[in-house]
Amino acid sequence: MRKNLRSYIINIIAVVVLFFILWGLMLAGIIDSYYSGILVTVGINIILAASLNLSTGFLGQLVLGHAGFMSVGAYAAALFTMNMPEGIPLMVRFLISLLVGGLVAAIFGIAIGIPALRLRGDYLAIITLGFAEIIRVVILNLGFTGGGQGLKNIPTPTDDTASYFAIVFWIMVLVLFVLYSFIRSRQGRAIKSIRDDEIAAESCGINTTYYKILGFTVSAFFAGIAGGLYAHYITILDPSNFGFMRSIEILVMVVLGGMGSFTGSILAATVLTALPEALRAFSDYRMLIYSLLLIVMMIFKPSGLLGTYEFSLTRLLDKLMKRVPKAKSKSKEG
Amino acid sequence: MDFIYQLINGLQVGSIYALVALGYTMVYGIAKLINFAHGDIIMVGAYIALLAVGSMNLNIWVALLVSVVFCVILGVLIERVAYKPLRNSSRMSALITAIGMSLFLENLFLLIFSSNKRPFPNSFSGVAFSIGDKPISFNTLLTITISLVLMFVLWFFVQKTKIGKAMRAVSEDTAAAQLMGININTTISVTFAIGSGLAAVASVFYSSTYPLVDPYMGVMLGLKAFIAAVLGGIGSIPGAILGGVIMGIAESLTKGYISSTLADAVVFGILILVLLFKPSGLLGKNVKEKV
Repeated sequence: MRKNLRSYIINIIAVVVLFFILWGLMLAGIIDSYYSGILVTVGINIILAASLNLSTGFLGQLVLGHAGFMSVGAYAAALFTMNMPEGIPLMVRFLISLLVGGLVAAIFGIAIGIPALRLRGDYLAIITLGFAEIIRVVILNLGFTGGGQGLKNIPTPTDDTASYFAIVFWIMVLVLFVLYSFIRSRQGRAIKSIRDDEIAAESCGINTTYYKILGFTVSAFFAGIAGGLYAHYITILDPSNFGFMRSIEILVMVVLGGMGSFTGSILAATVLTALPEALRAFSDYRMLIYSLLLIVMMIFKPSGLLGTYEFSLTRLLDKLMKRVPKAKSKSKEG
Repeated sequence: MDFIYQLINGLQVGSIYALVALGYTMVYGIAKLINFAHGDIIMVGAYIALLAVGSMNLNIWVALLVSVVFCVILGVLIERVAYKPLRNSSRMSALITAIGMSLFLENLFLLIFSSNKRPFPNSFSGVAFSIGDKPISFNTLLTITISLVLMFVLWFFVQKTKIGKAMRAVSEDTAAAQLMGININTTISVTFAIGSGLAAVASVFYSSTYPLVDPYMGVMLGLKAFIAAVLGGIGSIPGAILGGVIMGIAESLTKGYISSTLADAVVFGILILVLLFKPSGLLGKNVKEKV
């Protein structure tokens, strides 16, 4: 228990320090609003990648329709904010609607998961793809979603990109904390056992259907939250933003980072969001370079950047602390 | 009368889907890989045919041949360069490589030809016959006929020739096939070659029907063809044809009688319904899981 407490404190300090470094750089104007905008997108993409990693990396079910859940969350959150009474402060409306977006996405997750998870492997992938496309077409044809013209004038809780970054950052930290704890809990272990061997898990008394749907729903919930954050940042929603390619983008982040590693998802989401911006100097060739990198990366490191490795600050510190006395004793001997 | 007209249109689109779906289903059957770059091979085929007809003033049939040869080489090359090194690693990384390859082709052609839509010359113009007051174009008739002939040739090839037998053996059990002295590399190359060749044929007829060529034209067409392959039961050649025709007709009827924007939703809805009741597709074999 004390070890846990220590590791919590170390991590909280690290996160707070990281936040104040970024925040300070933004306030000082070293990171201008353009780059803060990229950081907001990075934060949203980290939530998306980490949540997809739960269903694809940890549960082992290939999902090609994550953008579908994101779009449901985005539209639900945006419509909720727009239709709540004006009297409530915008910030409160915003936070409630994020939750609503997540819950609506989770309901969709259950509704899609129950039939879809009867299938395996590539069939599951295709059926999730199909559901995501149906969601997109339905949104395109509904009246209250704005249809093809898009949903406009979504109120944003703050016009300042740096402040919005602060919101996204803390929600991201919260989401990652919940996901990380979830995967190390009893439920999380059950989910990982399904990935490793479904039949063996079932014969050990794990209710595989229940845990599959649970994992799928939690994943959809956080995708919905990311969608809500996206909606209030962009302030205009267009169904074409949530097409097949969006789902693929998120999947690429998960696989490239390493399936079954949240650290990998964070790293890959950051790199893959920042990379096209960094390659802006070669703007004509950037997507070409991006795709080539993807192919080369997969050929030479098929398990992704980190595989299933999780970075742990506590472990790193422990290692460093242990190594220092050892080095000293050695030097004395020599 | 109108119904028959819509049906024939659906059959035409369906046979294009079927031609593309055959490439997906054969590659999946043998390499267990969703070849996302397959849709983009259609796009490449369309551009090559466009160049051959537009810039070099070749006859459309010669252009078709040029396009087929080019796509066959491209397909085999892609397999050798990008997929072969990943044959023994996890299927997910092979999938990402396929996605990478698809993005690469799209962006390469975007760079060369820009994102402007280019008109494809109406090569098979003229009216073949009329149903009531609705004309059926020569193009429609030709698409359906040629697709039928190609499917028959393919069926013959897979069932009766030695290399076809090898393909079936590899798709059933790769390791056992290898032990029987079948050259896996050649077999996989031949599969990619056939799939890409069919895609090139499909691309010319598709571009003649919807005469606009752009670097992203392969994405949705490829996706729908893949759905058709899954609908029919992936890995099954008659399944791909059946799936393609069902999708084409469903799409055409929805566009004709309900709403053109909802056509995609209906198509995906059919897929979901079929998979729920028959999880391995209409003609797919249900593989029992062994412990």
